[in-house]
Amino acid sequence: MPVPADRHFFIDPRRCIGCQSCVHACSECDTHKGHSMIHLEYVGRGDSPQTVPTICMHCDSPTCAEVCPADAIKRTEDGVVQSARKARCIACSNCVLACPFGVPKMNVGFELMMKCDMCYDRTSVGLKPMCATVCPSQALCFGTEEEIRTLRPRSTFVHAFRFGQQTISTKVRVMVPKESEVLSLDVTAALNEEEAKDPMAAMFTEGNP
Amino acid sequence: MAHLPRSDLEIIGRFGPHLAFPEGDRLDRGVEPDRVVKTHCCFCGQQCGIQLKVKDNRIIGFEPWEEFPFNHGLLCPKGVRRYLQGSHPDRLLRALVRDERAEGGFRPACYEEAIRLAADGIARVQREHGPDAVAVLTGASLTNEKAYLMGKFARVCLKTSNIDYNGRLCMVSAAAGNKKAFGIDRAANPWSDIPDAGVVWISGANVAECAPITTDYVWQARERGAKVVVVDPRMTPIARTADLFLPVRPGRDIALFNGILHLMIENGWIDRKFVETHTTGFDEVAAHVKEWPPRRTAEATGIAERAIRQAAEWWGTAETSFLLHSRGIEHSSHGVQNVLGAINIVLASGRIGRPGCGYATITGQANGQGGREHGQKCDQLPGARDLSDPAAREHVAKVWGIAPGDIPGPGVDAYEIFRRVDQGGVRGLVSICFNPVVSLPDSSFVRRMLEKLDFYVVIDFFLNETARHADVVLPGSLQEEDEGTITQVEGRVIRIRRAVDPPGEAREDWRVIQDLAKALGREKGFTFASPREIFDELRRASAGGIADYSGMTWEKIEEQHGVFWPCPREEHAGTPRLFEPDSWNPIAKGKGPFYFPDGKARFVVARYAPPAEDPDADYPIFLTSGRVVSQYLSGTQTRRIGPLVEQYPEPRIEMHPRLAERLGIGDGDWATVETRRGTCTLKAQVVRTIRPDTIFIPYHWAGPRSVNRITNSAQDPISKIPEYKACAARVRKAEGPPPYASEREAQQ
Repeated sequence: MPVPADRHFFIDPRRCIGCQSCVHACSECDTHKGHSMIHLEYVGRGDSPQTVPTICMHCDSPTCAEVCPADAIKRTEDGVVQSARKARCIACSNCVLACPFGVPKMNVGFELMMKCDMCYDRTSVGLKPMCATVCPSQALCFGTEEEIRTLRPRSTFVHAFRFGQQTISTKVRVMVPKESEVLSLDVTAALNEEEAKDPMAAMFTEGNP
Repeated sequence: MAHLPRSDLEIIGRFGPHLAFPEGDRLDRGVEPDRVVKTHCCFCGQQCGIQLKVKDNRIIGFEPWEEFPFNHGLLCPKGVRRYLQGSHPDRLLRALVRDERAEGGFRPACYEEAIRLAADGIARVQREHGPDAVAVLTGASLTNEKAYLMGKFARVCLKTSNIDYNGRLCMVSAAAGNKKAFGIDRAANPWSDIPDAGVVWISGANVAECAPITTDYVWQARERGAKVVVVDPRMTPIARTADLFLPVRPGRDIALFNGILHLMIENGWIDRKFVETHTTGFDEVAAHVKEWPPRRTAEATGIAERAIRQAAEWWGTAETSFLLHSRGIEHSSHGVQNVLGAINIVLASGRIGRPGCGYATITGQANGQGGREHGQKCDQLPGARDLSDPAAREHVAKVWGIAPGDIPGPGVDAYEIFRRVDQGGVRGLVSICFNPVVSLPDSSFVRRMLEKLDFYVVIDFFLNETARHADVVLPGSLQEEDEGTITQVEGRVIRIRRAVDPPGEAREDWRVIQDLAKALGREKGFTFASPREIFDELRRASAGGIADYSGMTWEKIEEQHGVFWPCPREEHAGTPRLFEPDSWNPIAKGKGPFYFPDGKARFVVARYAPPAEDPDADYPIFLTSGRVVSQYLSGTQTRRIGPLVEQYPEPRIEMHPRLAERLGIGDGDWATVETRRGTCTLKAQVVRTIRPDTIFIPYHWAGPRSVNRITNSAQDPISKIPEYKACAARVRKAEGPPPYASEREAQQ
């Protein structure tokens, strides 16, 4: 059974409290017991308790699959990018290097790339992914767009991300405040006008402050 | 007798703490459980619903329980990993009896022999020194049934007045403050009122780490436009995204509440109608807070004046609100005053007893609420009855089938019990669910007192640091090995279900207590056949009291997903929200919503005083302590769960870079914290998320890593809660790693 088309994963890093419940729950999951597929990092503990959870974003055109020489990574019809198939994966780490979100992990012992498959064993039978079920702050949340609009009226969500020239759309949605515009950030926007014309030149100017 | 027979390391080698990780059928994804048991997490007062997977009388994993209405499946890391405490290599499967020649100082004994030795030891001390010479220390992680039985055991079987519990370190300031102001001690509202609040005020509560699933309630309020105000010396995860963060100087919360009330009065942000109709004492409090203008408040609290004004404006002008506090303001030598200060700003706003208008303390221990209601407190009888009240004694004596005069009078608090050991009044001890060597302040004293005891009996499932001093250890039960009820943070009574049987020769705690009573020759009143029978007696004992459970049945609790007390009749659905305008209670009898004869709440003057030990030239830094998200209380359970220990292996000294730089300490350096009681050497964690005049150390660890060896045992004069949250310290860079670093694993 596919994951219902109207159910999505929503991530709101503003809500994250860094408790690692998702990390523990992920490693208790039936398909990959003992291994967590979630990355949970402090942005900079010295300055803030802010943490950011990263799960697979389940790209519409997954870069990991595109660069896989063994065709081991499949995206199913329901938009879930599955973990590498053991029979095919050659542990080359192409996907690990190519993923713009830094999601896949190479399990050297298993010679296998492992990553979040949105708890396919759960979501394909109508359950929520384990991490989103337990997340105490609901920074990780699974539901319909309508539910999230009702629950979180001050926020909206994005699922298109720009990395240089590459724009990636994903099945996973990231919550952002409604009142702030969705920006495409470019370092040059913050430089003064002269430097902005040729930012690289400015970087190499001697004595640049 | 109770000297440690062997070195710590030898005892640790045999009894742990060792770490358990998922392995065997707990890792094998092909294993189908025999059954899935709906019950609750045992770590903290939230009591999240959880389902435990059972195979061959072992718990092999968990499944979220999304239908339970409080947490909807949400769990913190402790909940996710709690199942790993079962089938643990350190689990006590047999009784232990002290034997100097045995490995680790104990020999295994058959259960019946251990019961006999325990009873003989208790009887000998009482025969020689009187009934009060044996004290009983209990815990607020016990079910209501066990808590009730412990109180009855102490008073009816042992006939001792000396019983107290580790809720003394947790909720007693809130309890005393609530009783003074409201006449009742319970969260005033269900948590479902939090999302409807326009302002959520959180004082001294590290919600994200100590009550993690409450975070979602707070964030939901925020999604609907609420302002969140957080008062804490540290920028905790919940403080990070607060609309206003007030980094209060430790021990100054009353000053802040008084300053807020000052501004509310000055700006006319008082619900005059509510104050006149439903309260007394406002004028005295108003006169008192006149002395707290913003400038003085800012000076005392160390918070910028403009932030204080902003907080007062948001609180003062809110339509709806919810004030939460916990140990941050309560663990203080003026903890009750702090709580009264908080309640004053709630009463002045008139925002209580209505949807979206609430107030609560966040209980910390598993049964923090129920554990303080049914008679294991030194001054209390079941139903939250006062032990000194003749009518209460008569009611309970009737249920117990004894004369009112046979119930001993009030005893002393848990810390004072140890002082009585020093003075010779207490010579024997029975303890369950309490690890004072780790959890009480100035714990070197506690350790010396344990060594001084003539006889000590422990009931526990692991040999914790305190139990190492025992003469007899009786193997008891984990929460998932017995049936019962617990009253969680909201005042909702929930069902704990038995998932597995106690292993080996371990017994359910209530059976152990009854076996002891029988061996002591005082079996009468201790012949319950099940926890349910105990609950039915508890219902009768609580009937007519403030914490009235008489209308509850286990069926009703299961059907309703919990019943909020008071629930005085079987057809009564329970009371989720207290103080509703036309509500009836047995004290006011219809005169008003509060639990006093006139039905009115009390404003009580909250007087500011600094902590018992403030920083000075010799000890210039505040030391404060608290929890981390991956550990629970003294760590008896959570320091044995591998993945939780790996998350935050050992305590660190949090300090601001400004302080660290002055001391020449870098992130990760070993540093020594010294107070008037001793030293503690740990690694430093240099972070900008703490006041530069304050350091923080979490308290869950034992031995040389235990901060409670150096905390202050000053207590609140009313609640007797110790002052964990502020004492004076100095810090220096250590020359290198202390010897323990290479001798002991992090959790040991």
